[in-house]
Amino acid sequence: MPARLVAALIAIAAIGGACSLPEGPSPSRPSATITVFAASSLSAAYTTIGTDFEKTHPGVRVTFSFGGSSTLVAQIEQGAMGDVFASADQPNMQKLVDAGLTAETPRVFARNRLEIVVAAGNPKHISSLADLSHSGLVVVLCAPAVPCGRYAAQALQKAKVTVKPASQEADVKAVLSKVALGEADGGIVYATDVKAATGVQGVPIPAALNVVADYPITVLKDSPKAALARAFVDDVLADGQRTLARYGFTSP
Amino acid sequence: MILASAGAAFFIVPLIGLLLRTPWASAWHQLGSPEVLAALRLSLLASVSATSIAVILGVPLAWTFARLTFPGRAVIRALTVLPMVLPPVVGGVALLYAFGRRGLLGASLAAAFGIHLPFTTAGAIMAETFVAMPFLVITVEAGLRSMDTRFEDAARSLGANRWTVLWRVTLPLVRPSLVAGAVLCWARALGEFGATITFAGNLPGRTQTMPLAVYLALETNPDAAVVLSLVLLAVSLAVLIGLRDRWLGAS
Repeated sequence: MPARLVAALIAIAAIGGACSLPEGPSPSRPSATITVFAASSLSAAYTTIGTDFEKTHPGVRVTFSFGGSSTLVAQIEQGAMGDVFASADQPNMQKLVDAGLTAETPRVFARNRLEIVVAAGNPKHISSLADLSHSGLVVVLCAPAVPCGRYAAQALQKAKVTVKPASQEADVKAVLSKVALGEADGGIVYATDVKAATGVQGVPIPAALNVVADYPITVLKDSPKAALARAFVDDVLADGQRTLARYGFTSP
Repeated sequence: MILASAGAAFFIVPLIGLLLRTPWASAWHQLGSPEVLAALRLSLLASVSATSIAVILGVPLAWTFARLTFPGRAVIRALTVLPMVLPPVVGGVALLYAFGRRGLLGASLAAAFGIHLPFTTAGAIMAETFVAMPFLVITVEAGLRSMDTRFEDAARSLGANRWTVLWRVTLPLVRPSLVAGAVLCWARALGEFGATITFAGNLPGRTQTMPLAVYLALETNPDAAVVLSLVLLAVSLAVLIGLRDRWLGAS
Protein backbone atom coordinates (compact mmCIF):
# COMPACT_ATOMS: atom_id res chain seq x y z
CA MET A 1 0.00 0.00 0.00
CA PRO A 2 1.45 3.38 -0.88
CA ALA A 3 2.83 5.13 2.20
CA ARG A 4 0.92 8.33 1.50
CA LEU A 5 -2.40 6.50 1.38
CA VAL A 6 -1.65 4.87 4.73
CA ALA A 7 -0.69 8.21 6.23
CA ALA A 8 -3.92 9.77 4.93
CA LEU A 9 -6.05 6.96 6.41
CA ILE A 10 -4.32 7.27 9.79
CA ALA A 11 -4.89 11.04 9.72
CA ILE A 12 -8.60 10.58 8.98
CA ALA A 13 -8.96 8.04 11.78
CA ALA A 14 -7.14 10.32 14.21
CA ILE A 15 -9.29 13.32 13.33
CA GLY A 16 -12.41 11.23 13.70
CA GLY A 17 -11.28 10.09 17.13
CA ALA A 18 -10.32 13.59 18.21
CA CYS A 19 -13.70 14.97 17.20
CA SER A 20 -15.37 12.79 19.79
CA LEU A 21 -13.17 13.99 22.66
CA PRO A 22 -14.80 16.43 25.08
CA GLU A 23 -13.91 20.04 24.41
CA GLY A 24 -13.39 22.89 26.86
CA PRO A 25 -15.89 25.74 27.21
CA SER A 26 -15.90 28.55 24.71
CA PRO A 27 -18.40 31.31 23.87
CA SER A 28 -20.06 29.26 21.14
CA ARG A 29 -19.99 25.91 22.95
CA PRO A 30 -21.99 24.90 26.03
CA SER A 31 -20.07 24.96 29.27
CA ALA A 32 -21.64 21.75 30.44
CA THR A 33 -23.54 18.89 28.91
CA ILE A 34 -25.66 16.45 30.83
CA THR A 35 -26.86 13.15 29.43
CA VAL A 36 -30.31 11.95 30.38
CA PHE A 37 -31.33 8.33 29.84
CA ALA A 38 -35.11 8.21 29.61
CA ALA A 39 -37.82 5.73 28.67
CA SER A 40 -38.98 6.11 25.09
CA SER A 41 -42.51 7.05 26.19
CA LEU A 42 -40.95 10.22 27.63
CA SER A 43 -39.26 11.28 24.38
CA ALA A 44 -41.59 14.11 23.39
CA ALA A 45 -42.17 15.50 26.89
CA TYR A 46 -38.52 15.34 27.95
CA THR A 47 -37.27 16.95 24.76
CA THR A 48 -39.47 19.94 25.60
CA ILE A 49 -38.33 19.93 29.25
CA GLY A 50 -34.73 19.80 28.05
CA THR A 51 -35.20 22.80 25.76
CA ASP A 52 -36.80 24.77 28.61
CA PHE A 53 -33.98 23.76 30.98
CA GLU A 54 -31.40 25.00 28.49
CA LYS A 55 -33.21 28.35 28.34
CA THR A 56 -33.18 28.75 32.12
CA HIS A 57 -29.59 27.53 32.41
CA PRO A 58 -27.60 29.29 29.69
CA GLY A 59 -24.49 27.44 28.63
CA VAL A 60 -25.93 24.04 29.51
CA ARG A 61 -26.80 21.43 26.92
CA VAL A 62 -29.07 18.47 27.61
CA THR A 63 -28.66 15.39 25.47
CA PHE A 64 -31.05 12.46 25.60
CA SER A 65 -30.78 8.76 25.07
CA PHE A 66 -34.28 7.34 24.70
CA GLY A 67 -34.99 3.64 24.69
CA GLY A 68 -36.77 0.79 26.40
CA SER A 69 -36.13 1.18 30.15
CA SER A 70 -34.73 -2.35 30.40
CA THR A 71 -32.30 -1.64 27.53
CA LEU A 72 -31.13 1.56 29.24
CA VAL A 73 -30.64 -0.26 32.56
CA ALA A 74 -28.54 -2.91 30.82
CA GLN A 75 -26.41 -0.18 29.23
CA ILE A 76 -25.92 1.69 32.52
CA GLU A 77 -25.02 -1.55 34.31
CA GLN A 78 -22.40 -2.20 31.63
CA GLY A 79 -20.87 1.23 32.21
CA ALA A 80 -22.70 3.69 29.95
CA MET A 81 -21.92 7.22 31.09
CA GLY A 82 -24.90 9.33 32.05
CA ASP A 83 -26.17 11.81 34.59
CA VAL A 84 -29.89 11.16 34.98
CA PHE A 85 -32.11 8.13 34.50
CA ALA A 86 -35.89 8.25 34.17
CA SER A 87 -37.56 4.86 34.02
CA ALA A 88 -41.06 3.81 32.99
CA ASP A 89 -41.40 1.46 35.93
CA GLN A 90 -40.08 0.81 39.43
CA PRO A 91 -38.59 -2.68 38.92
CA ASN A 92 -36.11 -1.45 36.33
CA MET A 93 -35.12 1.49 38.57
CA GLN A 94 -34.78 -0.95 41.47
CA LYS A 95 -32.20 -2.94 39.47
CA LEU A 96 -29.97 0.14 39.42
CA VAL A 97 -30.58 0.84 43.12
CA ASP A 98 -29.66 -2.74 43.98
CA ALA A 99 -26.51 -2.47 41.88
CA GLY A 100 -25.53 0.69 43.77
CA LEU A 101 -25.58 2.83 40.62
CA THR A 102 -27.89 5.59 41.87
CA ALA A 103 -26.73 8.68 43.76
CA GLU A 104 -29.98 9.27 45.63
CA THR A 105 -33.34 7.69 46.33
CA PRO A 106 -35.44 7.68 43.15
CA ARG A 107 -38.54 9.85 43.17
CA VAL A 108 -41.72 9.27 41.18
CA PHE A 109 -42.31 12.26 38.90
CA ALA A 110 -45.23 11.17 36.74
CA ARG A 111 -47.86 8.53 36.19
CA ASN A 112 -49.14 7.01 32.98
CA ARG A 113 -51.91 4.66 31.99
CA LEU A 114 -52.26 2.05 29.30
CA GLU A 115 -54.41 2.35 26.22
CA ILE A 116 -55.16 0.07 23.29
CA VAL A 117 -53.90 1.59 20.05
CA VAL A 118 -55.58 0.84 16.73
CA ALA A 119 -55.43 2.21 13.21
CA ALA A 120 -57.28 5.46 12.53
CA GLY A 121 -60.96 4.71 12.05
CA ASN A 122 -60.68 1.46 14.06
CA PRO A 123 -61.39 -0.75 11.02
CA LYS A 124 -61.37 -3.94 13.07
CA HIS A 125 -63.81 -2.52 15.65
CA ILE A 126 -61.69 -3.29 18.66
CA SER A 127 -63.40 -1.95 21.75
CA SER A 128 -61.89 -3.84 24.68
CA LEU A 129 -58.98 -5.97 25.84
CA ALA A 130 -61.09 -9.07 25.21
CA ASP A 131 -61.38 -8.12 21.54
CA LEU A 132 -57.59 -8.36 21.24
CA SER A 133 -57.75 -12.11 21.77
CA HIS A 134 -59.83 -12.72 18.63
CA SER A 135 -57.96 -15.00 16.23
CA GLY A 136 -57.34 -13.37 12.91
CA LEU A 137 -56.26 -10.12 14.53
CA VAL A 138 -52.60 -9.20 14.36
CA VAL A 139 -51.66 -7.83 17.79
CA VAL A 140 -48.22 -6.62 18.86
CA LEU A 141 -47.11 -6.08 22.43
CA CYS A 142 -43.94 -4.91 24.13
CA ALA A 143 -41.50 -7.64 25.13
CA PRO A 144 -42.12 -8.90 28.69
CA ALA A 145 -38.90 -7.34 30.03
CA VAL A 146 -39.86 -3.86 28.83
CA PRO A 147 -42.09 -1.88 31.26
CA CYS A 148 -45.05 -1.51 28.88
CA GLY A 149 -44.90 -5.27 28.27
CA ARG A 150 -45.02 -5.93 31.98
CA TYR A 151 -47.89 -3.51 32.51
CA ALA A 152 -49.79 -4.96 29.52
CA ALA A 153 -49.42 -8.47 30.96
CA GLN A 154 -50.84 -7.21 34.27
CA ALA A 155 -53.83 -5.57 32.56
CA LEU A 156 -54.52 -8.66 30.45
CA GLN A 157 -54.32 -10.82 33.55
CA LYS A 158 -56.79 -8.55 35.36
CA ALA A 159 -59.14 -8.84 32.38
CA LYS A 160 -58.55 -12.61 32.22
CA VAL A 161 -57.70 -12.33 28.54
CA THR A 162 -55.02 -14.33 26.71
CA VAL A 163 -53.48 -12.62 23.71
CA LYS A 164 -51.13 -14.35 21.27
CA PRO A 165 -49.01 -11.47 19.97
CA ALA A 166 -47.50 -11.63 16.50
CA SER A 167 -44.42 -9.90 17.81
CA GLN A 168 -42.87 -8.72 21.08
CA GLU A 169 -41.24 -5.37 20.36
CA ALA A 170 -38.21 -3.97 22.14
CA ASP A 171 -39.85 -0.67 23.06
CA VAL A 172 -43.26 0.97 23.09
CA LYS A 173 -42.59 3.22 20.11
CA ALA A 174 -41.97 0.13 17.95
CA VAL A 175 -45.43 -1.19 18.87
CA LEU A 176 -46.90 2.19 17.97
CA SER A 177 -45.16 2.28 14.60
CA LYS A 178 -46.26 -1.25 13.66
CA VAL A 179 -49.89 -0.21 14.21
CA ALA A 180 -49.37 3.15 12.49
CA LEU A 181 -47.82 1.39 9.48
CA GLY A 182 -50.86 -0.85 9.26
CA GLU A 183 -48.89 -4.03 9.93
CA ALA A 184 -50.71 -4.73 13.18
CA ASP A 185 -54.39 -4.32 14.01
CA GLY A 186 -53.82 -3.40 17.62
CA GLY A 187 -51.31 -3.02 20.38
CA ILE A 188 -51.10 -1.95 24.00
CA VAL A 189 -49.17 1.26 24.59
CA TYR A 190 -49.30 4.21 26.98
CA ALA A 191 -52.08 6.80 26.80
CA THR A 192 -49.40 9.46 26.21
CA ASP A 193 -48.15 7.62 23.12
CA VAL A 194 -51.61 7.56 21.54
CA LYS A 195 -51.99 11.26 22.29
CA ALA A 196 -48.70 12.08 20.59
CA ALA A 197 -49.08 9.89 17.51
CA THR A 198 -50.81 10.49 14.19
CA GLY A 199 -52.60 7.98 12.05
CA VAL A 200 -53.79 5.99 15.04
CA GLN A 201 -56.48 6.24 17.64
CA GLY A 202 -56.87 4.93 21.15
CA VAL A 203 -59.39 2.62 22.76
CA PRO A 204 -59.52 3.32 26.49
CA ILE A 205 -59.09 0.56 29.02
CA PRO A 206 -61.49 0.79 31.97
CA ALA A 207 -59.86 1.94 35.21
CA ALA A 208 -60.65 -1.34 36.96
CA LEU A 209 -58.52 -3.24 34.45
CA ASN A 210 -55.97 -0.55 33.76
CA VAL A 211 -52.54 -0.29 35.32
CA VAL A 212 -51.00 2.83 36.81
CA ALA A 213 -47.42 3.18 35.63
CA ASP A 214 -45.15 4.98 38.08
CA TYR A 215 -42.19 6.76 36.49
CA PRO A 216 -39.24 7.25 38.87
CA ILE A 217 -36.24 9.49 38.22
CA THR A 218 -32.81 9.68 39.82
CA VAL A 219 -29.28 11.03 39.48
CA LEU A 220 -26.77 8.36 38.50
CA LYS A 221 -23.93 7.64 40.91
CA ASP A 222 -21.02 8.21 38.52
CA SER A 223 -22.49 11.36 37.02
CA PRO A 224 -19.68 13.79 36.15
CA LYS A 225 -22.07 16.74 36.61
CA ALA A 226 -23.95 15.75 39.76
CA ALA A 227 -25.06 19.27 40.77
CA LEU A 228 -26.43 20.01 37.31
CA ALA A 229 -28.08 16.58 37.19
CA ARG A 230 -29.82 17.30 40.48
CA ALA A 231 -30.98 20.64 39.09
CA PHE A 232 -32.50 18.81 36.11
CA VAL A 233 -34.26 16.30 38.35
CA ASP A 234 -35.63 19.15 40.51
CA ASP A 235 -36.80 20.89 37.34
CA VAL A 236 -38.68 17.78 36.21
CA LEU A 237 -40.38 17.63 39.62
CA ALA A 238 -41.29 21.34 39.55
CA ASP A 239 -41.69 23.27 36.26
CA GLY A 240 -41.56 20.07 34.26
CA GLN A 241 -44.84 18.90 35.75
CA ARG A 242 -46.78 21.37 33.56
CA THR A 243 -45.06 20.05 30.45
CA LEU A 244 -45.71 16.46 31.45
CA ALA A 245 -49.39 17.21 32.02
CA ARG A 246 -49.58 18.76 28.55
CA TYR A 247 -48.37 15.51 27.06
CA GLY A 248 -50.93 13.45 28.93
CA PHE A 249 -49.05 12.28 32.01
CA THR A 250 -50.73 12.52 35.41
CA SER A 251 -49.04 13.83 38.52
CA PRO A 252 -47.74 11.40 41.13
CA MET B 1 3.35 -5.41 10.59
CA ILE B 2 2.26 -2.93 13.30
CA LEU B 3 -0.91 -2.06 11.39
CA ALA B 4 -1.65 -5.72 10.79
CA SER B 5 -1.25 -6.49 14.49
CA ALA B 6 -3.52 -3.57 15.38
CA GLY B 7 -6.09 -4.90 12.95
CA ALA B 8 -5.92 -8.39 14.40
CA ALA B 9 -6.10 -7.06 17.97
CA PHE B 10 -9.18 -5.04 17.11
CA PHE B 11 -10.98 -8.28 16.34
CA ILE B 12 -9.41 -10.58 18.90
CA VAL B 13 -9.67 -8.43 22.05
CA PRO B 14 -13.50 -8.23 22.10
CA LEU B 15 -13.67 -12.00 21.59
CA ILE B 16 -11.32 -12.55 24.53
CA GLY B 17 -13.50 -10.20 26.57
CA LEU B 18 -16.52 -12.34 25.73
CA LEU B 19 -14.71 -15.54 26.72
CA LEU B 20 -13.57 -14.07 30.03
CA ARG B 21 -17.13 -12.99 30.92
CA THR B 22 -18.70 -16.35 30.19
CA PRO B 23 -20.33 -17.97 33.20
CA TRP B 24 -18.85 -21.37 32.41
CA ALA B 25 -20.48 -23.01 35.40
CA SER B 26 -24.06 -22.27 34.34
CA ALA B 27 -23.39 -22.22 30.58
CA TRP B 28 -24.53 -25.76 29.96
CA HIS B 29 -27.76 -25.16 31.86
CA GLN B 30 -28.46 -22.00 29.86
CA LEU B 31 -27.93 -23.84 26.60
CA GLY B 32 -30.59 -26.38 27.46
CA SER B 33 -33.40 -23.86 27.88
CA PRO B 34 -36.18 -24.11 25.26
CA GLU B 35 -35.88 -20.47 24.16
CA VAL B 36 -32.19 -20.81 23.40
CA LEU B 37 -32.71 -24.03 21.45
CA ALA B 38 -35.63 -22.47 19.56
CA ALA B 39 -33.56 -19.40 18.67
CA LEU B 40 -30.62 -21.54 17.54
CA ARG B 41 -32.81 -23.84 15.44
CA LEU B 42 -34.58 -20.84 13.88
CA SER B 43 -31.32 -19.04 13.14
CA LEU B 44 -29.82 -22.06 11.40
CA LEU B 45 -33.01 -22.75 9.45
CA ALA B 46 -33.39 -19.14 8.36
CA SER B 47 -29.75 -18.52 7.46
CA VAL B 48 -29.42 -21.74 5.44
CA SER B 49 -32.73 -21.05 3.66
CA ALA B 50 -31.67 -17.49 2.93
CA THR B 51 -28.34 -18.69 1.53
CA SER B 52 -30.07 -21.28 -0.65
CA ILE B 53 -32.43 -18.67 -2.08
CA ALA B 54 -29.47 -16.35 -2.59
CA VAL B 55 -27.60 -19.02 -4.54
CA ILE B 56 -30.61 -19.91 -6.70
CA LEU B 57 -31.38 -16.29 -7.53
CA GLY B 58 -27.94 -14.76 -7.13
CA VAL B 59 -25.81 -16.93 -9.39
CA PRO B 60 -27.95 -16.23 -12.50
CA LEU B 61 -27.96 -12.55 -11.50
CA ALA B 62 -24.17 -12.53 -11.16
CA TRP B 63 -23.86 -14.30 -14.50
CA THR B 64 -26.10 -11.67 -16.12
CA PHE B 65 -23.99 -8.83 -14.75
CA ALA B 66 -20.71 -10.48 -15.68
CA ARG B 67 -21.53 -11.80 -19.15
CA LEU B 68 -24.24 -9.61 -20.65
CA THR B 69 -24.42 -5.96 -21.60
CA PHE B 70 -27.74 -4.19 -21.75
CA PRO B 71 -28.99 -0.63 -21.24
CA GLY B 72 -29.35 0.27 -17.57
CA ARG B 73 -27.08 -2.55 -16.41
CA ALA B 74 -25.08 -0.24 -14.15
CA VAL B 75 -28.22 1.10 -12.47
CA ILE B 76 -29.80 -2.31 -11.93
CA ARG B 77 -26.53 -3.67 -10.59
CA ALA B 78 -26.27 -0.75 -8.16
CA LEU B 79 -29.84 -1.35 -6.98
CA THR B 80 -29.29 -5.05 -6.33
CA VAL B 81 -26.15 -4.27 -4.35
CA LEU B 82 -27.85 -1.47 -2.39
CA PRO B 83 -28.86 -3.65 0.60
CA MET B 84 -25.16 -4.03 1.35
CA VAL B 85 -24.81 -0.35 2.21
CA LEU B 86 -28.34 0.31 3.44
CA PRO B 87 -28.80 0.35 7.22
CA PRO B 88 -30.55 -2.96 7.94
CA VAL B 89 -33.51 -1.29 9.68
CA VAL B 90 -34.07 0.81 6.56
CA GLY B 91 -34.04 -2.46 4.60
CA GLY B 92 -36.68 -3.78 6.99
CA VAL B 93 -38.86 -0.71 6.49
CA ALA B 94 -38.46 -1.00 2.71
CA LEU B 95 -39.58 -4.63 2.89
CA LEU B 96 -42.62 -3.55 4.91
CA TYR B 97 -43.57 -1.01 2.28
CA ALA B 98 -43.20 -3.66 -0.41
CA PHE B 99 -44.51 -6.82 1.25
CA GLY B 100 -46.36 -5.56 4.30
CA ARG B 101 -50.14 -5.69 4.65
CA ARG B 102 -50.51 -2.34 2.94
CA GLY B 103 -47.44 -2.88 0.80
CA LEU B 104 -46.98 -2.60 -2.94
CA LEU B 105 -47.07 -6.37 -3.46
CA GLY B 106 -48.02 -7.43 0.01
CA ALA B 107 -51.55 -6.12 -0.23
CA SER B 108 -52.25 -8.14 -3.41
CA LEU B 109 -50.51 -11.22 -2.02
CA ALA B 110 -52.71 -11.10 1.06
CA ALA B 111 -55.90 -10.45 -0.88
CA ALA B 112 -55.35 -12.96 -3.68
CA PHE B 113 -53.46 -15.80 -1.99
CA GLY B 114 -53.86 -15.13 1.72
CA ILE B 115 -50.08 -14.91 2.02
CA HIS B 116 -48.86 -12.80 4.93
CA LEU B 117 -45.16 -12.24 5.22
CA PRO B 118 -44.53 -9.91 8.17
CA PHE B 119 -44.35 -11.65 11.56
CA THR B 120 -43.67 -15.06 9.98
CA THR B 121 -40.60 -17.28 9.70
CA ALA B 122 -40.81 -16.78 5.93
CA GLY B 123 -40.60 -13.06 6.61
CA ALA B 124 -37.45 -13.57 8.67
CA ILE B 125 -35.93 -15.60 5.82
CA MET B 126 -36.87 -12.85 3.36
CA ALA B 127 -35.26 -10.18 5.51
CA GLU B 128 -32.05 -12.18 5.79
CA THR B 129 -32.00 -12.92 2.05
CA PHE B 130 -32.50 -9.23 1.27
CA VAL B 131 -29.46 -8.12 3.23
CA ALA B 132 -27.19 -11.07 2.53
CA MET B 133 -27.72 -11.87 -1.16
CA PRO B 134 -25.65 -8.91 -2.46
CA PHE B 135 -22.57 -10.46 -0.84
CA LEU B 136 -23.01 -13.59 -2.91
CA VAL B 137 -23.78 -11.70 -6.12
CA ILE B 138 -20.71 -9.49 -5.81
CA THR B 139 -18.36 -12.37 -5.05
CA VAL B 140 -19.62 -14.65 -7.80
CA GLU B 141 -19.66 -11.82 -10.32
CA ALA B 142 -16.03 -11.04 -9.52
CA GLY B 143 -15.18 -14.70 -9.97
CA LEU B 144 -16.97 -14.88 -13.31
CA ARG B 145 -15.28 -11.75 -14.56
CA SER B 146 -11.81 -12.92 -13.66
CA MET B 147 -12.07 -16.45 -14.99
CA ASP B 148 -10.58 -17.47 -18.29
CA THR B 149 -13.48 -17.63 -20.76
CA ARG B 150 -11.44 -19.58 -23.28
CA PHE B 151 -12.44 -22.80 -21.53
CA GLU B 152 -16.08 -21.95 -22.19
CA ASP B 153 -15.30 -21.16 -25.84
CA ALA B 154 -13.38 -24.41 -26.18
CA ALA B 155 -16.25 -26.42 -24.72
CA ARG B 156 -18.73 -24.76 -27.04
CA SER B 157 -16.56 -25.34 -30.06
CA LEU B 158 -16.38 -29.00 -29.09
CA GLY B 159 -20.17 -29.17 -29.36
CA ALA B 160 -21.39 -28.68 -25.79
CA ASN B 161 -24.73 -26.90 -25.42
CA ARG B 162 -25.20 -23.90 -23.07
CA TRP B 163 -26.34 -25.93 -20.07
CA THR B 164 -23.44 -28.36 -20.35
CA VAL B 165 -21.01 -25.45 -20.58
CA LEU B 166 -22.58 -23.89 -17.50
CA TRP B 167 -22.64 -27.01 -15.35
CA ARG B 168 -19.45 -28.74 -16.47
CA VAL B 169 -17.15 -25.79 -17.22
CA THR B 170 -18.25 -22.41 -15.80
CA LEU B 171 -19.52 -23.33 -12.37
CA PRO B 172 -16.64 -25.65 -11.48
CA LEU B 173 -14.21 -22.90 -12.49
CA VAL B 174 -15.89 -20.32 -10.24
CA ARG B 175 -16.38 -22.77 -7.36
CA PRO B 176 -14.00 -20.89 -4.98
CA SER B 177 -15.92 -17.64 -5.54
CA LEU B 178 -19.23 -19.45 -5.23
CA VAL B 179 -18.25 -21.07 -1.95
CA ALA B 180 -16.75 -17.84 -0.60
CA GLY B 181 -19.87 -15.91 -1.64
CA ALA B 182 -22.17 -18.48 -0.06
CA VAL B 183 -20.20 -18.45 3.20
CA LEU B 184 -20.22 -14.64 3.35
CA CYS B 185 -23.91 -14.62 2.57
CA TRP B 186 -24.65 -17.24 5.25
CA ALA B 187 -22.59 -15.41 7.87
CA ARG B 188 -24.34 -12.12 7.11
CA ALA B 189 -27.75 -13.79 7.21
CA LEU B 190 -26.95 -15.46 10.54
CA GLY B 191 -26.06 -12.15 12.14
CA GLU B 192 -28.93 -10.12 10.73
CA PHE B 193 -30.87 -8.10 13.31
CA GLY B 194 -32.35 -4.78 12.13
CA ALA B 195 -34.24 -5.94 9.06
CA THR B 196 -35.50 -9.05 10.86
CA ILE B 197 -36.88 -7.26 13.90
CA THR B 198 -38.48 -4.54 11.74
CA PHE B 199 -40.04 -6.76 9.06
CA ALA B 200 -40.58 -10.09 10.79
CA GLY B 201 -40.87 -8.86 14.37
CA ASN B 202 -39.75 -10.78 17.41
CA LEU B 203 -41.58 -13.86 18.65
CA PRO B 204 -39.83 -16.77 20.34
CA GLY B 205 -40.12 -19.88 18.21
CA ARG B 206 -41.31 -18.11 15.09
CA THR B 207 -39.16 -15.10 14.35
CA GLN B 208 -36.78 -14.69 17.28
CA THR B 209 -33.44 -15.55 15.76
CA MET B 210 -30.24 -15.68 17.81
CA PRO B 211 -29.25 -12.01 17.40
CA LEU B 212 -32.72 -10.92 18.58
CA ALA B 213 -32.59 -13.37 21.46
CA VAL B 214 -29.17 -12.02 22.50
CA TYR B 215 -30.40 -8.42 22.33
CA LEU B 216 -33.41 -9.08 24.54
CA ALA B 217 -31.55 -11.44 26.90
CA LEU B 218 -28.98 -8.69 27.53
CA GLU B 219 -31.67 -6.80 29.44
CA THR B 220 -33.00 -9.52 31.68
CA ASN B 221 -30.28 -12.14 31.80
CA PRO B 222 -26.82 -11.00 30.66
CA ASP B 223 -25.34 -14.43 31.41
CA ALA B 224 -27.72 -16.05 28.93
CA ALA B 225 -26.83 -13.35 26.40
CA VAL B 226 -23.12 -14.13 26.70
CA VAL B 227 -23.71 -17.87 26.37
CA LEU B 228 -25.93 -17.33 23.31
CA SER B 229 -23.27 -15.13 21.76
CA LEU B 230 -20.67 -17.82 22.34
CA VAL B 231 -22.82 -20.45 20.64
CA LEU B 232 -23.19 -18.20 17.60
CA LEU B 233 -19.46 -17.60 17.65
CA ALA B 234 -18.63 -21.29 17.89
CA VAL B 235 -20.99 -22.27 15.05
CA SER B 236 -19.65 -19.50 12.81
CA LEU B 237 -16.02 -20.33 13.60
CA ALA B 238 -16.59 -24.00 12.89
CA VAL B 239 -18.00 -23.26 9.44
CA LEU B 240 -15.37 -20.66 8.58
CA ILE B 241 -12.46 -22.87 9.65
CA GLY B 242 -13.96 -25.94 8.01
CA LEU B 243 -14.33 -24.20 4.68
CA ARG B 244 -11.04 -22.34 4.90
CA ASP B 245 -9.09 -24.49 2.48
CA ARG B 246 -11.80 -24.65 -0.13
CA TRP B 247 -12.38 -20.94 0.25
CA LEU B 248 -8.79 -19.88 -0.27
CA GLY B 249 -7.64 -22.68 -2.54
CA ALA B 250 -7.98 -22.68 -6.31
CA SER B 251 -10.13 -25.40 -7.89
